[in-house]
Amino acid sequence: METVIRVSDLTKFYGEVLAVDHISFEVRRGEIFGFLGPNGAGKTTTIRMLTGLSRPTEGSATVLGYDVCTEVTQAKRHVGVVPENSNLYDEFTVLDNLLFMAQLYGVPRARRREKAEELLKIFGLSDRKDSPFRTLSRGMKRALTIAAALIHEPEILFLDEPTVGLDVVAARSLRNLIGQLRRRGITIFLTTHYLEEADLLCDRVAILVRGKILSVDSPGALKEAAEEESIIEFTFSGEIPGLIEELSRVKGDVRVVPVDFGKVRVYGGSPGDILEAVFRFVRGKGIEVLSVNSIKPSLEDAFIKITGLSPAIMAIEKGGR
Amino acid sequence: MLRDNLRGIYYIALKDMRIYYLKPPSVSWGIIFPLSWIFAFYLRNPRSFEELVPGLIAMTILFSTTAAEAVVINFELRLGTLERLLLAPISLPSVLLGKVLGGAFFGLLMSITVTLISTLALGLHPSVFKLIVIIIPSLLVFSSLGALLCVMVREVFEAQTLLNLPRFLMIFLCGVVYPIEAMPGALRFVAHLMPLTYTVDGLRRCFSPGSDAVVYLDALVLVAFFLLFILPAIRLFYSKFE
Repeated sequence: METVIRVSDLTKFYGEVLAVDHISFEVRRGEIFGFLGPNGAGKTTTIRMLTGLSRPTEGSATVLGYDVCTEVTQAKRHVGVVPENSNLYDEFTVLDNLLFMAQLYGVPRARRREKAEELLKIFGLSDRKDSPFRTLSRGMKRALTIAAALIHEPEILFLDEPTVGLDVVAARSLRNLIGQLRRRGITIFLTTHYLEEADLLCDRVAILVRGKILSVDSPGALKEAAEEESIIEFTFSGEIPGLIEELSRVKGDVRVVPVDFGKVRVYGGSPGDILEAVFRFVRGKGIEVLSVNSIKPSLEDAFIKITGLSPAIMAIEKGGR
Repeated sequence: MLRDNLRGIYYIALKDMRIYYLKPPSVSWGIIFPLSWIFAFYLRNPRSFEELVPGLIAMTILFSTTAAEAVVINFELRLGTLERLLLAPISLPSVLLGKVLGGAFFGLLMSITVTLISTLALGLHPSVFKLIVIIIPSLLVFSSLGALLCVMVREVFEAQTLLNLPRFLMIFLCGVVYPIEAMPGALRFVAHLMPLTYTVDGLRRCFSPGSDAVVYLDALVLVAFFLLFILPAIRLFYSKFE
């Protein structure tokens, strides 16, 4: 399959801070490629370098064969970008925003209105076309920002955290829309810190932590790799300090990851040994084991296995919320 | 590529006109403020109002071009809408030039309005060609000065504050209301370092018969000022996206 984005040793320093650390990957035509990682992992910085908003410190990247350092203007003709913030003009109406984008991208005058109306129909915004952008709901703003990125019929669409800040219904409808775009043949490069979103949408996922790519594969393959070891989830009636030390004495490579209050997942080891160790540990401590579940690995489990990070870190929104 | 850039410059300028310039605050800052100043000086020292017309047009050029310059760059940078422009297939200098041209378009509208009203009301007959030769580079100079001061700082209010210093210095030192010849030598020297001096001088010559050569010389100096402001502005604008 044709490679449309090729990244080699791409690196970005902001002063002394290393934001992206020698990453390499390829994106194939027609796929949804996900960049998955916690906030601060370098996802947005990578998109900014690939779309000409920031210069790489080292390494190289091509988008549709155009070098992002020297030929980025040519590349921009064929890519659409949806930044994390819906950054259209509050003062313009929905239709005027699309027409302005069509003007900027050189859509022929005769096609501008027709194309804008077509996108408004696809995105369900036709009845709001004369409303100022500022009056739209967050979900509608997001949809219009994506529509604006499609006005010049790009071959590749970059989506930076597409569903951040959206309610469940709006996020679901947006994910359906992203699926539709892929069916129309558009290659999609999306960043997300939502594991479920990456699992649902992406053909392949690159896991990025602290500026480094730790793994690139399909969600299925990542989950399969995690399935090689057992995962048991315990729910206790209270806090369980000391359990990690107790389980470290169990044979094999056993890791305990807190999931929630009183809830832990134990990765690896022999299930029999782990169950025995846990019940021995809680006996006489006044703590009850409320439930024990054998877990089929999710992308979250694969993520934990690959990164060693708690899934809680993925729930932290920008600004530490 | 050139076509893409020219198209981008044009549509960005038009967009800025619609969003920022053709709004009551910009119009009042661009026309009412210079008019009030000129009337204030006229009332303090009533003499031929005709003598004040070149100064009035010069002030209109200065204040209308810089009326929203701080907003059009730093405000958009903060909102993220500037990045939206930079994602389009146009070069970064073209985005800045579009911003500069937006201010210049608005200044042109305002200065045409003031020139028409004042010349018709007072029955003046300036040379239209010479007016164009002076007004066009002046619009570009002050719009690019606004852009330069804007990209030197981060916040909208910092840019507004920074812009006020040269604006008010120029009103007093560049012959808008006091003739430069009547100033002490040191101030005369400072006045010649400021672009508004050449705008006012050129405009005065448009309203009185005399040698064309000095008007063209004024226009050349203004073009030099434009380059002096726009080139570092582009460099600084680049540095915001490195």
